[in-house]
Amino acid sequence: MTTTPAPERAETEAMIAEVLSQYPKKAAKFRAKHLKANDPEGSKECEVKSNIKSRPGVMTIRGCAYAGSKGVVWGPVKDMVTISHGPVGCGQYSWATRRNYAHGHLGVDNFTAMQITTDFQEKDIVFGGDPKLEQVCDEIVELFPLAKGISVQSECPIGLIGDDIEAVAKKSSKKLDIPVIPVRCEGFRGVSQSLGHHIANDAVRDHVLGTGGDSFEQTDYDVALIGDYNIGGDAWASRRILEEMGLRVIAQWSGDGTINEMASTHLSKLNLIHCYRSMNYICTTMEERFGTPWTEFNFFGPTKIISSMRKIAEFFDDEIKAKTEAAIARYQVRFDEITKAFRPRLEGKRVMLAVGGLRPRHTIGAYEDLGMEVVGTGYEFAHKDDYTRTYSMLKEGTVLYDDPTAFELEEFAKFLKPDLMGAGVKEKYVFHKMGIPFRQMHSWDYSGPYHGVDGFAVFARDMDIAINSPAWDLLEAPWSKAGEVA
Amino acid sequence: MTTTPEHTSAVPLRVLDHNDIFRDEVYQKQFEGKREFENAAPKEEVQRVLDWTRGWEYREKNFAREALTVNPAKACQPLGAVLAALGFEGTMPLVHGSQGCVAYFRSHFARHFKEPVPAASTSMTEDAAVFGGINNLVEAMENITALYKPKHIAVSTTCMAEVIGEDLFAYIGAAREQEAITQDFPVSYAHTPSFVGSHITGYDVMLKGILEMLAKSPDADASKVAKSDKVRLNVIPGFDTYIGNHREYKRILELMGVDPLILGDHSSSLDSPADGEYDLYPGGTPLAEGALAKFSRASLVLQESTLRRTAEYIEKDWKQETVLLETPLGVKGTDAFLTAVAKVAEVEVPAELTAERGRLVDAITDSHAYVHGKRVAIAGDPDLVIALTRFVLELGMIPVHIVSTNADTTFKARMEKVLSASKFGEEATVWPEKDLWHLRSLVFTEPVDLLIGSMQLKYISREANVPLVRVGFPIFDRHHLHRFPIIGYTGGLHLLTQLVNTILDEMDRNAPDHSFDAVR
Repeated sequence: MTTTPAPERAETEAMIAEVLSQYPKKAAKFRAKHLKANDPEGSKECEVKSNIKSRPGVMTIRGCAYAGSKGVVWGPVKDMVTISHGPVGCGQYSWATRRNYAHGHLGVDNFTAMQITTDFQEKDIVFGGDPKLEQVCDEIVELFPLAKGISVQSECPIGLIGDDIEAVAKKSSKKLDIPVIPVRCEGFRGVSQSLGHHIANDAVRDHVLGTGGDSFEQTDYDVALIGDYNIGGDAWASRRILEEMGLRVIAQWSGDGTINEMASTHLSKLNLIHCYRSMNYICTTMEERFGTPWTEFNFFGPTKIISSMRKIAEFFDDEIKAKTEAAIARYQVRFDEITKAFRPRLEGKRVMLAVGGLRPRHTIGAYEDLGMEVVGTGYEFAHKDDYTRTYSMLKEGTVLYDDPTAFELEEFAKFLKPDLMGAGVKEKYVFHKMGIPFRQMHSWDYSGPYHGVDGFAVFARDMDIAINSPAWDLLEAPWSKAGEVA
Repeated sequence: MTTTPEHTSAVPLRVLDHNDIFRDEVYQKQFEGKREFENAAPKEEVQRVLDWTRGWEYREKNFAREALTVNPAKACQPLGAVLAALGFEGTMPLVHGSQGCVAYFRSHFARHFKEPVPAASTSMTEDAAVFGGINNLVEAMENITALYKPKHIAVSTTCMAEVIGEDLFAYIGAAREQEAITQDFPVSYAHTPSFVGSHITGYDVMLKGILEMLAKSPDADASKVAKSDKVRLNVIPGFDTYIGNHREYKRILELMGVDPLILGDHSSSLDSPADGEYDLYPGGTPLAEGALAKFSRASLVLQESTLRRTAEYIEKDWKQETVLLETPLGVKGTDAFLTAVAKVAEVEVPAELTAERGRLVDAITDSHAYVHGKRVAIAGDPDLVIALTRFVLELGMIPVHIVSTNADTTFKARMEKVLSASKFGEEATVWPEKDLWHLRSLVFTEPVDLLIGSMQLKYISREANVPLVRVGFPIFDRHHLHRFPIIGYTGGLHLLTQLVNTILDEMDRNAPDHSFDAVR
C-alpha cells in the first residue's frame, strides 16, 4: 500500500516510533517487527512478527515451555499425577494458581492443585536424576493408589544433564501398570509457553491418543471440547451450551479432564477447539489419524456464542439445528437482560489487552457486545496464524503488540489512556498505580467463568466492577489539586 | 434462571459467579453425567481411600517416602535473590537464565504483595544452553539501562545457568567492556542454584553480594559518614515479607535514640502509593547509605538460618560486631531484641516502649483464657517458625507439630532450646525437611485446634476442619496482612489479635445456641 495512512494509523505509527526511539538500536530493530498499526486487510507491511525470541532484559511478560506444558496442558488432567521434575521452584510457583477447576478430592482422585516434585538437590544434578525419578514414581503409586497415570514435566536441568526420562518412564509404566509419560518441556526450549503446548500435545499424541474408548457406548452426537482449561469453571459453562444443543461431550481437554477422556477422544465425531494456540496440534493429528473433523469456536459474548453455536450445529442433523435455535432463543432473553443492565455503564469505554494466545482476539466480540472498543491488543506467545485471525477483527490503525515489554505496555497506556487494561498479574498493579482499571485476563482475576451464557454475565459484571469502582476517584489528594491551581 | 435480578443504581444486575452458579441443578446433572467418560473410581472406593489417607497406616507410609516431595513449604534460591535486590534503591533484579523463572518470581510476589514487581531476565534459550549466555547478559544490561534506567543491577542465576556453569563475574566484566554499562555502574551478583537450599539461601547470598559490592564502592568512605550523636545500627531483617516489620524496626530504633539503617528495606518498593503515577523504583535502602553500613557500630541479624553467609561476611570482612537474634516476635522475643540494642548502642529503653510492652502484656492477659492450652501446628521458614513457637508458648498454647521444609541442620537444636524452656513445649514434635503432605498426616492422626502458617496450609485447614491463622509467605488469599508488623510489641498485638479472634470466630461458629455468648 502506498496511500497515505489513515489518521489513526499515522497516530499509532508515531506512537510506536516514539516508544522504539527509547530502545538501544539493536533491540529497536527487533521490536519494530512486533509493533504495528493494524490493517484489517492484513497487508504485508502491517504484518506482526511473532513466535521469536524475546530480547534479554526488556521485561517480557512471557513464561517458558514448562509453563505451557505443565501449567496449561497437562496440569489440569485431574486423575494424573503431574511431577515437576527438577528443582522445587517451578512447581511451587505454578501450584494452584491457574484456577483450572476440577472435581474430585485433592490427593485422592484429583491431583490438580498440588505441588508434586522430585525436588532436585545438587547430587541429582551431579549424578543424574533418573534413579530419583523412578523412586518417585514408585512412591506416587504407593501414596496415591487412585492416580490413573503420571506425567513427568521436565524442568531446565533435565535436558542439560543428559537424563533419560524416557527410559525411566517406560520402565516405570511397565512396573507400575499405569501410563508414565515423559514430557521434554524444559524451560529453555523455544521462546515462550507456546513450544511447551506443542511438546505437551505431542506427548499426548505419542502416549495417550487412541488408547482408550471401551468405557461407553458411542452416539452420533459425540463431540470433544478441546482447548478449554476450565478457568473458574469455563468448560462447565461451555459444556452446558453444547449439551443444550443436544450434543454429548465425551472429553474435556484438559480442564476437569481425565486421561480416559483423552484416550477416548478419537471416538469423537467433531472436535471443538476453543484455544486454538495451545491445542491445534492434537486436532490436526486426530484429523490425520482418525479423520476427525475439527472446528474453532468462540464462546465469549452473545454475538460470538450465537454464531459459534450455529457453526457447530451445521455439522449435525436438523434435530440438533432445531435444538440449537431453541437454545439461542432462550439465551437471547438472558443476553438482553445482561446487556441492558451493563451496556449503559460500559458504552464507549476503551480497552487495551495483552494476554496469551487466544483471548487478545477471542474476547473482542464480548467487549463489543457491551459497547466497548478494543484500542490495542497483543499476544504473549501467538504465532502468525493467530495474527492472521486478528487483523480483520480490529479497526484500521489499532495498535498491535507482540510479546509486549513492560515498558511498551506502560508507554502505550500513557498514550492511549484506556478505560480498562486486561493482562496478567505481573502487569496488574502497575496499572492500578496509574489509576487505570484492570482485569486479569488469564485467571479471570479469581472470578469467572467467562465462557458461555453464564460466563458472559460474570464478564459483564466484572468489567463494570473494574471500570465503575469509586476507588478510582480517590487517587488524587484534595490538597495536591489545590496546589496545582495555585 | 440462575440469577436473582436485583436492580440498583450501583449493582444493575445480581450475577452469580463460580462460587454459586455451579450449585445449580443443571450443572449438578452435568457433573454426574461426565463421570461416565472419566471412567472414575466408584464413589465408595474414593471414600475408602480418602479415609485410609487420614489414618496411621498411611501416615507411616507417608513418612517412609524418601524421594517424593508433595506440597513443600519452600521455593527456590533466585526468588529470594529478587527480594533481596528489591530492598535497595533504584535496583533492577536481573536473573540470568531461562525467562520463565522470572515470570514466576514476579507473579509469585505480585500475588502476595499485590504490588508491581520489576525484575528482568536474560532470556536464555537453547542456543545459549550450548554456547553460553554471555551475549544475553550483555544485551540485557544494555536494554535495562536504556528502558528502565536503574542505579544498580543485582544479578542472580536460574538453575539452567548454574547447570551449564555460567561465570557471572566474567560476563559482567564483558558488559562493561562492550559498553552495555559504564565502567563504574554498580552491579552486584550472586550464584543462586535452585537445587541447593531454598529461597532463603538465595536471599542471603544476594544480600551478601550487594553488601560486598557496596562496601567496595567509592561511596564506602568513612569520611562520608554524617556526623551524628546517635549510634548507627544496621538492621538485617532477612527474607521478611512483612513490610510492616521494616517500618516497625525503624520506629523502635528511632524511639531508642538509635539511627537505624535497614539493609534490604523493601518496605517502600513493595508498598507504593496509588496516586496516578507509576514509580518503578519507589524505595529501598539508599545505595550511598548501604555503602557506609560497614562503619555502623554493629549489625543486628534477625534471621539466623537465613542470613548465615551475610552474618559471616560482616563479621569477617567488615570486622563489625554482629548481633545474632531470633526474630523478635512476642514479649520475650522483643525484650531480647531491645535489650541487645540497648547494650550494643549504649542507650536506654525509653518509657514509651516499656508502655507498649505493658499494653501487649495487658492484651495477653485479656485473651489468655481463650488461647491457653490450644494445640497448634506451625509451618514455615525456619527462623519464623522458631520465633512463632516462642510466642505461642508464652501465650500458653501447645505447639504439637512443627514443620519447616527448608530447615537447616541447626534448626532442631534451636527449636529444642525454645521448647524446653516452657512446659507447654513438652508435646511438640519437630519436623525439619518435611512437607505439607506430611503435615496433613500429622494433623489427621494427632489433631490440633489451630494451624499457623502460609496460605498453602489452607487445603489442610479445610479438609481437617481446623482454622488457619495466616502468618508467613506466601499469603495470596488474604489481603494486607503483610502491611502490618508482626515483630515488636505492636506486631505481637497484631498476631495475638489474629490468633484469639480466629479462635473466637470458630467458637461462635460451632457454639450451641445457649453458648452463643454475647461477651467473650
